[in-house]
Amino acid sequence: MSQRRTPLLLAITLAVSVFTIAPMLLSISAGLVNNYSVGLASGFTTRWLGEVWSGYSDTVMRSLLLAVSCVFGTLVIGVPAAYAFARSRSRAMQVFEEMLTLPVAIPGLATALALILVYGQMRGFRGSVAFILVGHMVFTLPFMVRTVASAFARPDLTALDEAARSLGANFRQRFLGILVPAVLPSIAAGSLMVFTLSIGEFNLTWMLHTPLTRTLPVGLADSYASMRIEIGSAYTLVFFIVVLPVLWLLQWLVLTFEKRYAR
Amino acid sequence: MPAETPSPDLDATRVEVTDCAKTFAGGTQALKPTSLTVEPGEVMALLGPSGCGKTTLLRVIAGLETPDAGGRIRFGDTDVTDRPIETRGVGMVFQHYALFPQMSVAANIGYGLKIRGVAEAERRRRVGELVDLVRLNGLEGRRPPELSGGQRQRVALARAVAVRPRVLLLDEPLTALDAKLKDSLRDELAELLRRLSITAIHVTHDQHEALAIADRLAIMQAGRIVGIGDGEALYRKPGHPFVAAFLGRVNRITRDDADRAARRIRLADAVWSCPAEIDQPAVLVRPEDIQIGPPGDGAATMKVVRRVFLGERVQLHLQPATGDARELALTAEVGRDHPIRRDEVVGIRIASDRWMPGEAAA
Repeated sequence: MSQRRTPLLLAITLAVSVFTIAPMLLSISAGLVNNYSVGLASGFTTRWLGEVWSGYSDTVMRSLLLAVSCVFGTLVIGVPAAYAFARSRSRAMQVFEEMLTLPVAIPGLATALALILVYGQMRGFRGSVAFILVGHMVFTLPFMVRTVASAFARPDLTALDEAARSLGANFRQRFLGILVPAVLPSIAAGSLMVFTLSIGEFNLTWMLHTPLTRTLPVGLADSYASMRIEIGSAYTLVFFIVVLPVLWLLQWLVLTFEKRYAR
Repeated sequence: MPAETPSPDLDATRVEVTDCAKTFAGGTQALKPTSLTVEPGEVMALLGPSGCGKTTLLRVIAGLETPDAGGRIRFGDTDVTDRPIETRGVGMVFQHYALFPQMSVAANIGYGLKIRGVAEAERRRRVGELVDLVRLNGLEGRRPPELSGGQRQRVALARAVAVRPRVLLLDEPLTALDAKLKDSLRDELAELLRRLSITAIHVTHDQHEALAIADRLAIMQAGRIVGIGDGEALYRKPGHPFVAAFLGRVNRITRDDADRAARRIRLADAVWSCPAEIDQPAVLVRPEDIQIGPPGDGAATMKVVRRVFLGERVQLHLQPATGDARELALTAEVGRDHPIRRDEVVGIRIASDRWMPGEAAA
């Protein structure tokens, strides 16, 4: 396929690219220079990265743990729920599915406030990372359920299910041995989405966190508000360094599954 | 195929369907109360257009649908009506094969054995036998997306018979294939079913497929079996106008009350006497039963208005040579070397034993 290159199109593409990439590059470089107000002339340093790590490394670990737990939790709850939604034709299930999606539309602050109102008195739970995890799962579950449910609803999945039944497989054998492997690409895609949403979540987390349960984005906001611009920028760099490899790995998984299960 | 290829030792079972109907939620009765007996080792085709209830009947027999109250299904001496498909002992080949995409050919074939807890060594031996049987040697490690349509179909068949089912059910097993491949696989499937000597029920909308594969055909229309018998007998003596029209092609000639009362058939300028057993207002005749000859001597004088060359045969569209040309059109078929041309006027003769009864009401 040959396409005519038009200078105008190229110019627009470049402009958009510069517009979106420049702030990231600038922010990253700001974290690597000695003095941002002086600029590159002040020389490069990893001092700020070191300071970020010593001050905020716990938030990095906590956020990774949260995101992984969130993926795991939405898998355990979301995949069976997705199957139920895909198979059921009852009106009640439709209403339930719509309700599940609500937390996406409602501002995170409202969801967080509701969680605090209900569980705020349970001191131990309120002060733990598990409280934030619940918030993240409420917010990300619909993404997992929707993605996987649409895969379960494919007619060829019904035929696979019936084929396994005709060969004597019980529900557990069919679900774990046939159906889940057949929707693995969608499960991987859902996991990628949940991980991304959880690791960058700020709204809910801001309301739910305590000084002892700060996550990466909350720490980032804190450093922007109260530290030198160089430290805040170095923190952004840390975020990139931590998140990008995980995202690449998950994306590679999605592609691998898609290739493997291509029909 | 090598004669020594071991065939899985299957017990041939009689299938008896008694008064099975199926009404779906919403009230549509896809299957009217239907009874059907398939003899041990027999291959029965359920043949009909889409929506005739053939797939519903198959799914009721399989245990994927429950018949309405009162319907019973027996496999041999066992009433299996209340057994779910998992324990009914059926093997099933699905329309698009429904092979497990993440598993190899061998794992697909061995899946049912694994579910039944057959030991690894025994399982491998049985899978090997089946791979030989359906000639998939060398492809055991491939996954379904890497196979051709014909190979997938053979995997589906091997997987279905691996568990030694009492009854084999095939849901449009050749529909997903292209026309050329279909013809060769049709014969192969017929041969395999004979060798397995298993009771099989085969759903199709393709009359040639049904004739080539099945011992007997049950022709279905609007949720009912309207004709049942071996293919040749049904073709020659359909007994039901739908069977006549669905199995092959027919010309329909409608008669007025006077002709009907006088047991006459009128075609263009000819008047023939009608066989005594045909009382219906409409009579049917197949295109290949129309004899083309010189006009006169009691023949119907007709003109060839169109000649369609179809390869092995030639189709002729005929209209009365005189009178209103649009009044009656008849389709006849002759061999490809027949010298007849377009616009020729010919004499049409039809042997009296070739007439078939048409619809009861005109």
